[in-house]
Amino acid sequence: MRYSALSVLLNGLTGKAPAPAWRSPEPKAEYDVVIVGGGGHGLATAYYLAREFGITNVAVLEKGYVGSGNIGRNTTIIRSNYLLPGNNPFYELSMKLWEGLEQDFNFNAMVSQRGVVNLIHSDAQRDAYRRRGNAMRLHGVDAEILDRDQVRRILPFLDFDNARFPIKGAIRQRRGGTVRHDAVAWGYARGASARGVDIIPHCEVTAIRQDHGRVTEVETSRGTIRCKRLALATAGHSGITAAMAGITLPIETHALQAYVSEGLKPFIDTVVTFGAGHFYLSQSDKGGLVFGGDIEGYNSYAQRGNLANIEHVAEAGVAMIPALSRVRVLRAWAGVMDMSMDGSPIIDKTHLPNLYLNAGWCYGGFKATPASGLCFAHLIAKDAPHEVARAFRLDRFARGHLIDEKGQGAQPNLH
Amino acid sequence: MASLIPCPHCGPRPKEEFTVRGAVLPRPAADAPVEEWQAHVYLRENPRGDYAEHWHHSGGCRRWLVVKRNTATHAVHSVTDAAEGRP
Ligand SMILES: Cc1cc2nc3c(=O)[nH]c(=O)nc-3n(C[C@H](O)[C@H](O)[C@H](O)COP(=O)(O)OP(=O)(O)OC[C@H]3O[C@@H](n4cnc5c(N)ncnc54)[C@H](O)[C@@H]3O)c2cc1C
Ligand SMILES: [Zn+2]
Repeated sequence: MRYSALSVLLNGLTGKAPAPAWRSPEPKAEYDVVIVGGGGHGLATAYYLAREFGITNVAVLEKGYVGSGNIGRNTTIIRSNYLLPGNNPFYELSMKLWEGLEQDFNFNAMVSQRGVVNLIHSDAQRDAYRRRGNAMRLHGVDAEILDRDQVRRILPFLDFDNARFPIKGAIRQRRGGTVRHDAVAWGYARGASARGVDIIPHCEVTAIRQDHGRVTEVETSRGTIRCKRLALATAGHSGITAAMAGITLPIETHALQAYVSEGLKPFIDTVVTFGAGHFYLSQSDKGGLVFGGDIEGYNSYAQRGNLANIEHVAEAGVAMIPALSRVRVLRAWAGVMDMSMDGSPIIDKTHLPNLYLNAGWCYGGFKATPASGLCFAHLIAKDAPHEVARAFRLDRFARGHLIDEKGQGAQPNLH
Repeated sequence: MASLIPCPHCGPRPKEEFTVRGAVLPRPAADAPVEEWQAHVYLRENPRGDYAEHWHHSGGCRRWLVVKRNTATHAVHSVTDAAEGRP
């Protein structure tokens, strides 16, 4: 069924219960492509395989329920304000796909280009952001530098004269913003399913079997499934699934927390990030302030963090917006991040000719979901990288072609 | 992560006093092949389970420690001085 205002009206009048948005069939014995991981990237890959490349004999195997991983845990921010040539065109393609996504997959994902504002606290930071802004504009991405008064007009409640971290200005990307994360998973699942893809929840892949140097089948909690091609999109669990095929990755798994406050009246209509510590904030359409900070810093698969980090994030938040001191936090949760050694992702082939890898998204893979799906589908369908994802190679670490946006070196907990 | 790390020198201390560096990995020989060095610098087993890491008691005795713990349950199994057992 196509969703529209008319369909809402007709279903409302006839009182018909809505049909499930996607099918959940029993797994078949064999597929042309099996995708492991029913998060945003796995579902988007299935969608674009079917829609762009006509490959529909596809299964997405998800160990939990659809959307139970990071796609349902992130803070929903999208942006394409990247500095490096390896990253910038990829994230900008993603932004362009976000801009047409809801019409494309006929689902309301509440894409809201409310802008992303990164605060500047020092001359050095202004220089760095000018450089970033120039790099963005050279790549055709929108960027503007705001002075203090311009920032004051958008965000009057910031602590501009903070003794230690005064606010001197900001860089803004107006096309950045937020998207309802769950709806992204649901929209892609629905669009893929309608085109023939089998989405199979509660199906954990436990082993990858090979014969003569090719993947032949996967062992799962719902039986053995044969596949002509296998694609891994397991985010924080990439180390575990890659190890099933004998691959050790340049990735560590770390926990990242996020927080939401009680519902408030409209308070902030953009996304803002603190430049003197790790803190960022936006307001959901329900009114809750959604915010986050740094990863926990130690390897973890536990999907929970420590109180100390909650305190740290709260301190940074209050340093930026003193009024936050009276806001009550409603919930905190965590997801496990695939932190790569240079902070950039991997979309590549592997040493096995029919095994493909999508991993290393760190804490920034939500904004990448559409482009990641399209580029991964391209790689799987054509056995050649998509033009904008050519830099995301698995062997770049060995070759010395790192994509280190932050210039931090091989220390995942610093990215 | 557990809230307390039992430092062999200082006793149980809040984890915030410590700084984590990462996996305990045997250092390749200086003239080891480049593949071995590349693996040492970039590749990680990254297990869901037991793991040995270097933590620095930066807010305490400032000794480097080997912390053996579980990355899924956050339980800390043992903490020893990193110099222990070294020539
Ligand atoms: C708190 C938090 C805040 C974040 N904020 C942002 C943000 O504001 N902006 C942004 O761009 N990014 C953000 N991110 C990062 C973003 O959410 C991730 O990078 C992205 O969602 C990862 O891709 P995914 O959606 O495919 O991952 P997931 O949804 O995690 O999908 C991977 C799936 O694989 C499944 N799986 C794993 N192993 C197996 C197996 N053996 N068999 C079957 N299935 C398996 C998992 O159950 C999971 O559902 C944030 C992340 C967190 C945790
Ligand atoms: Zn000590």
